[in-house]
Amino acid sequence: MTLDQVAANGLLGVLVIPALAAALLAALPGYRATARLNVVATTLTLICALSLFFAKSAASAYFLLDDLNNTFIVLTTFVGWTTSIFSASYIGHELDIGRLTPRSVRFYHAMYQTLMFAMNLALVANNIGLMWVAIEIATLTTVMMVGIYRTHEALEAAWKYFILGSVGIALALFGTILIYMAARPVVGEGINAMVWSVLVARASTFDPALLDVAFVFLLLGYGTKVGLAPLHAWLPDAHAEGPTPISAVLSGLLLNVALYALLRFKMLLAASRALAPGPLMVALGLLSLVFAAFMLYRRRDIKRLFAYSSIEHMGIITFAFGMGGPLANFAGLLHMAMHSLTKSAIFFAVGHVAQVKGTQRISDLGGLTATHPVLGWGLILGVVAIAGLPPLGIFMSEFLVVSSTFARAPLLALILVFGILVALGALLLRLNSIAFGEPRGPAGKAQASYVPMFTHLALVLVAGVYMPPALVAWFQNVAGLLG
Amino acid sequence: MSGISFDIAHLLAGSLVLVSFLELYQDRLYALLNVYALHALVLAASVAWQAFVQDAPHLYVTAVIALLFKAIVIPVTLHRLIVRLGIHREIETVVGIGPTMLAGMGLVALSMVVMLRVTQSADPLAREDLAFALAVVLLGLLMMVTRRNAVSQVVGFMSLENGLVLAATGAKGMPLVVEISVAFSILIAFIVIGIFLFRIRERFDTIDVQALDRFRGERR
Repeated sequence: MTLDQVAANGLLGVLVIPALAAALLAALPGYRATARLNVVATTLTLICALSLFFAKSAASAYFLLDDLNNTFIVLTTFVGWTTSIFSASYIGHELDIGRLTPRSVRFYHAMYQTLMFAMNLALVANNIGLMWVAIEIATLTTVMMVGIYRTHEALEAAWKYFILGSVGIALALFGTILIYMAARPVVGEGINAMVWSVLVARASTFDPALLDVAFVFLLLGYGTKVGLAPLHAWLPDAHAEGPTPISAVLSGLLLNVALYALLRFKMLLAASRALAPGPLMVALGLLSLVFAAFMLYRRRDIKRLFAYSSIEHMGIITFAFGMGGPLANFAGLLHMAMHSLTKSAIFFAVGHVAQVKGTQRISDLGGLTATHPVLGWGLILGVVAIAGLPPLGIFMSEFLVVSSTFARAPLLALILVFGILVALGALLLRLNSIAFGEPRGPAGKAQASYVPMFTHLALVLVAGVYMPPALVAWFQNVAGLLG
Repeated sequence: MSGISFDIAHLLAGSLVLVSFLELYQDRLYALLNVYALHALVLAASVAWQAFVQDAPHLYVTAVIALLFKAIVIPVTLHRLIVRLGIHREIETVVGIGPTMLAGMGLVALSMVVMLRVTQSADPLAREDLAFALAVVLLGLLMMVTRRNAVSQVVGFMSLENGLVLAATGAKGMPLVVEISVAFSILIAFIVIGIFLFRIRERFDTIDVQALDRFRGERR
């Protein structure tokens, strides 16, 4: 159980760089230099993450590297990198209009890197206790960032997120303790009974009833962080009231990290004699999808609109992983990657739109293509992608989810298609009023950084039109791991 | 494990469930905080006893944290906070005391049925500890649901967390227990500091969570 040199260096890099950067950013004054330092740190982290492709799968008592978490780490560090570029221009504007003070910006940057550290730690952890601690740190840092504007709404959102998130991670801890209890008679006391790779190897001899109960707690606990209905109540508020880069990171990354934790435990159960965990995930996924699709119609705030859309897509992804099998897992992984890229691109656009218009109310936005053509068309492209229209990447992944389900459970596929179509209608309805129609609000020039947004959208477009065979093979390999 | 040490562990864990019930029907914040301090005290005794019978000295650290931090520092701090905010009046509960107690009994029965059935292979102390711990967790959740006041919701969360510590110490030889109890203490400290820093009183003139609801973003 040792890590080879490349893996050890890469894993060390994705953990140490954000941690050091967080300490440094907490100490340094000055907005411009620190925003650049933030970008430099995320760039270096991304390079370390990419180096992991050259490492062999390995596991030690605390850390683990395989193709599954490698995929998640690269996705996380990539979106973290582009978001840090977007964040530099976004935060600069917030400073100019006085919504943030230099002190709160320093705090913001330190928290951004701490969040990156915590997410990477959760992804590389081989110890289920360490993974839990990392997700707790990630929750705490995002709570503080959601409340950073100190307005009534922001404080309320932070409090709600805090309380619901804490209950979620408390339930997840109870589930983790139960897993240990199940493992102890077989593996023996001590650290090994919490090491995931050891647990998976010996899961077939664990007490199945105890594992079943443990998974229910883990699903409810980490499911709260994934934003699955009916445990989603914190998610729209936290997305709407925090700074937009945080909305992008929450939707694009943190939800995935919580889902990753669930997937690890699903793999554990699949290797044991316990009941299959799939149906529970399928049920919660479909519930989230249909519920969020209807809720989309009643939204008046643009960031809340896309927060509900995140619930919808996490529902689809959870559903796909719940169905299991090579094809559904492949579709789920692809959909997760596409959703992360698209949703963060949408939040990049929405952040700049809210800044130039000075409001997030959908009724006060209008005719965006006339007043701000680049932002407007960027947003249109993003919404078309997220609604699942061809030829973009999400169309392809949704098509794969639906077609793989039709072959195995036609009734579930009908519900799935119904939910997707309802959501599509809501998004196009809102898009029409935001992008076209009578221009409303100020038409001043936007100080925006378009590069991150269009990079993401270009990737989604390319993935929809042509998937490189190497990428397909990689995803197929990971889907095989998931079982 | 000999009879008497099992009985004492059993007694302490059972007392924790009993004190959780005491918390459920407190209708004044001061009294609620005092009962919570008792809750933490019973937890400290229970953890210390587990440390003794399991011969696991590191668990004494968790016991000391429970004693100093949860039974003394947190209640005193919250007490001062309540005085400063001037909210020592009655707690507004969403559901009446009677139905809450009935629901609590239902939850305890549920946790006994669930945990005792699935842990037949585990050793008797651990399985009863787990059943009691789940009862404490569920009663804490019930309290968070039935209270509107932010401080009593926090007390509900803290007693929920005491249940988790009971479960973690009952699982013999579990690694990282001390680290996890420290992590939880940090979380609770953040919550309490949060009430201070966010100055909910100044912002909202009340820490009744219902008032916070009016500031939901979409209702502006």
